[in-house]
Amino acid sequence: MSASDNAPIIEMVDIRKQFGPVIALNGVSFDVRPGECHCLLGDNGAGKSTFIKTMAGVHKPTSGEIRFLGQPMSFASPRDSMEAGIATVYQDLAMIPLMSVARNFWMGREPQRRVGPLRFMDMKQANEVTMAEMRRMGINLREPGQAVGTLSGGERQTVAIARAVYFGAKVLILDEPTSALGVRQTANVLATIDKVRKNGIGVVFITHNVRHALAVGDRFTVLNRGRTLGTAVRGQITPEELQDLMAGGQELAALEGSLGGTV
Amino acid sequence: MTDERLQQVSKFRRALIRPELGATAGAILVFGFFLVIAGNSGMFALQGIENWTVVSAQFAVIAVGACLLMIAGEFDLSVGSMIGFAGTIIAILSVQLGWPVWLAIISSFAICIAIGALNGFLVIRTGLPSFIVTLASLYILRGLTIWLSIRTTRQTIIGGVKEAAAGDWLAPVFGGKILTGLFTWMGQHGWIATFAQGPKAGQPVVAGVSMLVVWALALIVFGHVLLTRTKFGNWIFAAGGDAQAARYVGVPVNRVKVLMFMFTAFCACVFATCQVMEFGSAAADRGLLKEFEAIICVVIGGALLTGGYGSVIGAALGALIFGVVQQGLFFSGAESSLFRVFLGTILILAVILNTYIRRMITGER
Repeated sequence: MSASDNAPIIEMVDIRKQFGPVIALNGVSFDVRPGECHCLLGDNGAGKSTFIKTMAGVHKPTSGEIRFLGQPMSFASPRDSMEAGIATVYQDLAMIPLMSVARNFWMGREPQRRVGPLRFMDMKQANEVTMAEMRRMGINLREPGQAVGTLSGGERQTVAIARAVYFGAKVLILDEPTSALGVRQTANVLATIDKVRKNGIGVVFITHNVRHALAVGDRFTVLNRGRTLGTAVRGQITPEELQDLMAGGQELAALEGSLGGTV
Repeated sequence: MTDERLQQVSKFRRALIRPELGATAGAILVFGFFLVIAGNSGMFALQGIENWTVVSAQFAVIAVGACLLMIAGEFDLSVGSMIGFAGTIIAILSVQLGWPVWLAIISSFAICIAIGALNGFLVIRTGLPSFIVTLASLYILRGLTIWLSIRTTRQTIIGGVKEAAAGDWLAPVFGGKILTGLFTWMGQHGWIATFAQGPKAGQPVVAGVSMLVVWALALIVFGHVLLTRTKFGNWIFAAGGDAQAARYVGVPVNRVKVLMFMFTAFCACVFATCQVMEFGSAAADRGLLKEFEAIICVVIGGALLTGGYGSVIGAALGALIFGVVQQGLFFSGAESSLFRVFLGTILILAVILNTYIRRMITGER
């Protein structure tokens, strides 16, 4: 890989975010490079959600700089960051279960075809592309008209990821995609992340599960109480060290003794 | 990753398992029932058919609006009051103020659609359930209608619209009939019944197809195509299915909802205008309970009360069931109060069947 390939797609430098008197983020730095999976770990309340929402354009940072492809950037809305190529897959809000896979896949970007002065949704194209993209991700749909509600949780995440990739995401932010899933479905989602990364997309994988992070992550950044506790490269950190960092060190050491190292 | 637990679904089953299945089954059941008990009462003669078609068309006009709005995740309980209001506005403007009827009609449409937009705007801005907001409009509009009517004419019924509408170019679009030539021709050939005596002797008893029926069919086709074949239709489903998820991918949810409130108001106004042109009068109490009847049609048609799922064709079949039952009991000579018993029974059966079908389609548990 050349140096330019390795330049970060998005860089967040010393981001601070305050909600009134509450300091949610207190100087967080983070970057994502093409083709890597950068895991953002942290316990509940560590500021993970605030941080990715800042990256996705939902929140504006109180201070700090966001650089996109080397240029300073300020996203006014989620739509802006989406246009720039930052796609976020939210845990629960990814899909509408009552609607078909194809309708979900194209939601907000429906393909159209003209018939005289009228414009109709091009269902044929929508269906064909959806089926093809799902196959690429390893999901064989019965039919594109199948409702998302009939899919498993892992498959739903995969549809959302496939959608983001198809629409040209450069950075894919996954908000705890595995937290509500069973073992097998988690494996499927992790495999999907691996596929996406190999396409040169930078993946930001938010999780509080160290094992899931270590399974696919290239780099690991731990957030604790609104601060970064450092970024580690794969192979330089053990699961135990990561776990410790997430919990803020001391408390877990005591806990782990009583639980016999099972956490 | 094919799941071996997923059964292959046959083409037949797939064609059958649709949101409209409950309403289709209901319609077949209802027609079968009345063919048996009222088959030779004239219900299925041309005049009888005209009778229940017009009633069904009335329901269909407001059901299409209510259906799209409900799929978008909202209710409009002010439809009935809006019908009374729109009619009274037309009558006051044309009869009392002497405006040309076409201008009165257009003004009434403009006012009603604006009120629809206001309903939608209030729902969006306050974040209150549309159930409450439009319940308030239900009372406000009804009260306003009665007050306006008494204030201008000292009564709640305003007649004389028919005379005012004579020669108007827009009035026949709502109150007229089409295919009258064809019906006359069929009458002359003795294919359909004609008046034997009186001033209309020789003319067919059914003079043509009411514009109300034409409006109903046009709205059904428009609503169905809009919902299932356009980008906007996808947004309607998305807005009602999960507004937040839809917003995250850039669907203008607020705009969709406000437009659907406006469309519902438009449908109510079509209903009102057709009624005023047919009766030649407006009355402040018209349209009572129509909001619930529209919602019943939509629910019989397979739509989900909480939004995100439904079918215009289903709602239209719901309207047909409603109209046929209401008029059919009349033809069969049954006690008219039984209409409500029958209707309630059909409602509950259809909803049970619809819930079952919907779970099969969407995988809800």
